[in-house]
Amino acid sequence: MKSLVCLKQVPDTETQIKVNGDGSGIVTDGIKYVINPYDEFSVEEALRLKEKFKAGEVVILTIGPDRCVEAIRTALAMGADRGVHVCDDSVNNGDPFVMAQTLAAASSGLEYDIIFCGHRAIDDDFAETGAMLAEMLKIPQITLVTKIDVSQDKKTVTCERDIEGGKEIVECALPCVVTSQKGLNEPRYASLPGIMKAKKKPVAKKTVADLGLAPASKLQGNNYTMPSVRQAGKKFEGLEPQEAAKVVVQALRSEAKVI
Amino acid sequence: MSKVLIYAEIKAGKIKKSAFELASEGRKLADSLGGDLGAVLIGPGSEQFAPELAKFGVDTVYSIESPELENYNSEYFAQALTHLIDDTKPEIVLMSHTMQGKDLAPRTAAKLGSGVMSDCVSFRLEGSTLIGKRPMFAGKCFAEWSVSASPQIATARPNVLETAEVPKSGAITKVSFSVDTSRSTYSTKDLSLDTSGKVDLTEAEIIVSGGRGMGGPDYTLLEEMAGIFGSRATVGASRAAVDAGWRKHSDQVGQTGKTVTPNLYIACGISGSIQHLAGMGSSKVIVAINKDPEAPIFTKADYGIVGDLFKIVPEFNKELKAILAE
Ligand SMILES: Cc1cc2nc3c(=O)[nH]c(=O)nc-3n(C[C@H](O)[C@H](O)[C@H](O)COP(=O)(O)OP(=O)(O)OC[C@H]3O[C@@H](n4cnc5c(N)ncnc54)[C@H](O)[C@@H]3O)c2cc1C
Ligand SMILES: Nc1ncnc2c1ncn2[C@@H]1O[C@H](COP(=O)(O)O)[C@@H](O)[C@H]1O
Repeated sequence: MKSLVCLKQVPDTETQIKVNGDGSGIVTDGIKYVINPYDEFSVEEALRLKEKFKAGEVVILTIGPDRCVEAIRTALAMGADRGVHVCDDSVNNGDPFVMAQTLAAASSGLEYDIIFCGHRAIDDDFAETGAMLAEMLKIPQITLVTKIDVSQDKKTVTCERDIEGGKEIVECALPCVVTSQKGLNEPRYASLPGIMKAKKKPVAKKTVADLGLAPASKLQGNNYTMPSVRQAGKKFEGLEPQEAAKVVVQALRSEAKVI
Repeated sequence: MSKVLIYAEIKAGKIKKSAFELASEGRKLADSLGGDLGAVLIGPGSEQFAPELAKFGVDTVYSIESPELENYNSEYFAQALTHLIDDTKPEIVLMSHTMQGKDLAPRTAAKLGSGVMSDCVSFRLEGSTLIGKRPMFAGKCFAEWSVSASPQIATARPNVLETAEVPKSGAITKVSFSVDTSRSTYSTKDLSLDTSGKVDLTEAEIIVSGGRGMGGPDYTLLEEMAGIFGSRATVGASRAAVDAGWRKHSDQVGQTGKTVTPNLYIACGISGSIQHLAGMGSSKVIVAINKDPEAPIFTKADYGIVGDLFKIVPEFNKELKAILAE
């Protein structure tokens, strides 16, 4: 089973985000970067498929600046086989159309049965790249997947996916793009031998020109702002439960007017 | 020809409320641009919903009723939508950031060679350019986005835009379209919807959420509270509760769960970690019930009750029942 895993490096969820002086973006100093959590589910699932079929390959595709090698190495330490790192200033803006175009170009020439994306990257929160990539490759997509079952002949995949208020089960021919959702699996940790091995695994570094692309963004973002600061409201301490409940329920009706 | 087009999602034989939110927003945009507002309905029999859309300001309802469009599927629906957009050339296309919208909007945009600003919480026009304000980092910051390709496509977060009734004609235009079934897609095998009929977290007006302080998988007290509010309320959870196996993954609120914007968020036994606050911090009103007076959730809560949730929630439910019965 051959999988491509599209993996983005993102700021750790602990990061306190601050907007820069001119509102053109966020302050990146001192940010600790990690693998996008949904992409971690993808790596784990791709490894499990390779293990299940006792053959195949897991290739990591990452677009981003030099620091992203770290994320690729972590995935290799988990057990992925090799990485492709598209490292080029012209595609560092995270525009999902450009990401999908670049990932599509990076995937050409590679063999795959399935392509994994995260259902969203937790920095820009677009939740678009997987579906765009699938369309550009003219293959189906199954988004928000929480369970994957590949047939023995590797021709079809059956997935459970989240929908509002429930789940649905869908089936499609391979190759396709799936986008990982929480619940898919529990990602493994890199083992010490895994970390040692990862150092020797190949990571091919490419520019956009190598891929024959001249990407143009479809989106522009500016006027970055912080959310309005929420002030602590009224806190009731030391009241009897019944009294506290009464005060707050009444405030919700007459003051906040939400019930 | 409509300058602004909305995609009205149908789910379980009904138009989603978020479609009326889009129509109301679309109406304002169309008026500013001096053009018509169109709405597209996809699926056999979908034209029946036209009068509902007309109430919220839609001039023209396009219905695409090819038999292959009976069940939602990204490729076929994207083909249908692309066909209509190519044909009618709207300047702006609005969709909802629902599970279906997340699946359909980017695929359609890729077919059209355009981009999508997703999950917008407000819109404005600068000339004929649509500016969408969208949260990033699950709400830790915001930015204004625009699409520099045609059409300008945006998805809006459900439950945020206001609805306003503005009666218009809602004249029906039937669109004939033959789906290209040679393109591979998925088929739905089983649609095992929750039987409880509860709204999804992302669409709920009221969320009652429980964390590690619940002490175990028994969420009866919170289910009861949501039940008192009725069908507009649902139960959520912190990651600690999900990881403990007490609640389903799909119930998780936060940066790696769902970002929610209800009118009322009631956090019970939740400390208020940075990841949790990111996901629910833009709720209109927050209530926190926590026994630790120093819990960070109190810094964001409009109303905080310090105490044992097992003592407070039953009283809270009694008071709610009484006041809602008035
Ligand atoms: C990569 C990553 C992603 C994450 N993403 C998310 C996310 O999306 N969503 C999320 O929620 N978390 C997320 N987390 C986890 C987050 O850091 C916290 O661990 C988690 O939110 C804590 O959940 P909690 O508030 O329920 O538990 P705790 O922090 O343990 O808080 C429990 C609270 O309950 C109170 N309590 C206990 N008993 C009672 C009682 N009887 N009555 C009243 N109060 C009581 C306590 O005072 C305490 O404040 C993430 C973490 C990481 C590392
Ligand atoms: N720079 C990138 N490099 C590799 N994969 C990416 C990149 N950006 C997005 N992706 C993939 O697309 C998914 C969704 O991203 P987004 O559409 O930005 O929310 C991510 O989880 C990744 O799988």
